[in-house]
Amino acid sequence: MHVGLLYSRIRRDEKLLLNELRDRGHEVTKIDVRKEQFDLTEPPESFDGLDVVVDRCLATSRSIYITRFLQSYGIPVVNSHETADICADKAKNSLALADAGVPTPNTKVAFTVDSAMDIVEEFGYPCVLKPVVGSWGRLMAKIDSESAAEAILEHKSTLGNYEHKVFYIQEFVEKPGRDIRVLATDGEPVAAMVRSSDHWLTNAAKGASVEEFELDDRAKELVKQASDAVGGGLLGVDLMETGDDYTVHEVNHTVEFKALNDAVEADVPATVVDWLEAKVDGEQSLAEVSA
Amino acid sequence: MSDTITAEDPLSGEEIELPADVEVGEIIDSPATGAELEVVSLDPVTLEEAPELEEDWGE
Repeated sequence: MHVGLLYSRIRRDEKLLLNELRDRGHEVTKIDVRKEQFDLTEPPESFDGLDVVVDRCLATSRSIYITRFLQSYGIPVVNSHETADICADKAKNSLALADAGVPTPNTKVAFTVDSAMDIVEEFGYPCVLKPVVGSWGRLMAKIDSESAAEAILEHKSTLGNYEHKVFYIQEFVEKPGRDIRVLATDGEPVAAMVRSSDHWLTNAAKGASVEEFELDDRAKELVKQASDAVGGGLLGVDLMETGDDYTVHEVNHTVEFKALNDAVEADVPATVVDWLEAKVDGEQSLAEVSA
Repeated sequence: MSDTITAEDPLSGEEIELPADVEVGEIIDSPATGAELEVVSLDPVTLEEAPELEEDWGE
């Protein structure tokens, strides 16, 4: 197959994928999104002859627009625009999970400091304030007191980007010092790890230690439901343990997997490429049937 | 056969070693300065300081 890989940075994650694709003899076209221009009707030449495009854009804004353009051009893209649009925004992400009946932390959104303060008071301390767009644990605030809440909300309200005036406030989940990251392809787990830290943020990007995690049936069920809720694809589903169950706090759509690949026995890039091959085969068969 | 190649660190001017299989767009950590560098061309390998992290970057 001929795969286009959209990128603005080739990290170890992209390199693992590229090497796996090339080792299997697939043709790969790397597309640096910084150099492309997108017409309303005609795709750029770099997209000629591609069977599938894998979106590995680091910038959420680029990911959302380019997947939409590719959808208009009729070029298959992983993940889809719908999935990117939901996963890129924490409010949409939470809504999709709640709509699908997937347990997710209690969350409220408000647009003024006063309304946000009311939510904080209702949730009590600590609670968590997150930017609706962002990743790797950046700009997340655990609010421990009223004075901290006032200061953080005031700071956010004066930041330049309008998105900081969307106050996304979440109950604080007492997790056992760790959370679970599951990499899944259309809801089928590829591998899972726990990320442990003494810090309340347990992102691998924040230096959490990681080790392989064996999913039980309930976790597998939630991963499938969470994946379906956002439209499926190659996803990173984040769960927290809540004693006798789990809660899914978010689903990531341009998921990183280098830390996972190092932590688990499964060959993550090989499994992802297996899935891509099956996806392209499936779409080609479908096209032949309908031709 | 060598598994490494050399290129000039654009920040320090030092010659630094890189894996031989680097490709355009790849981000490497400079062994000279620790800064993130981007491979912008091959043959010869040319490096530039990688773009700074932006707010909407992530997973």
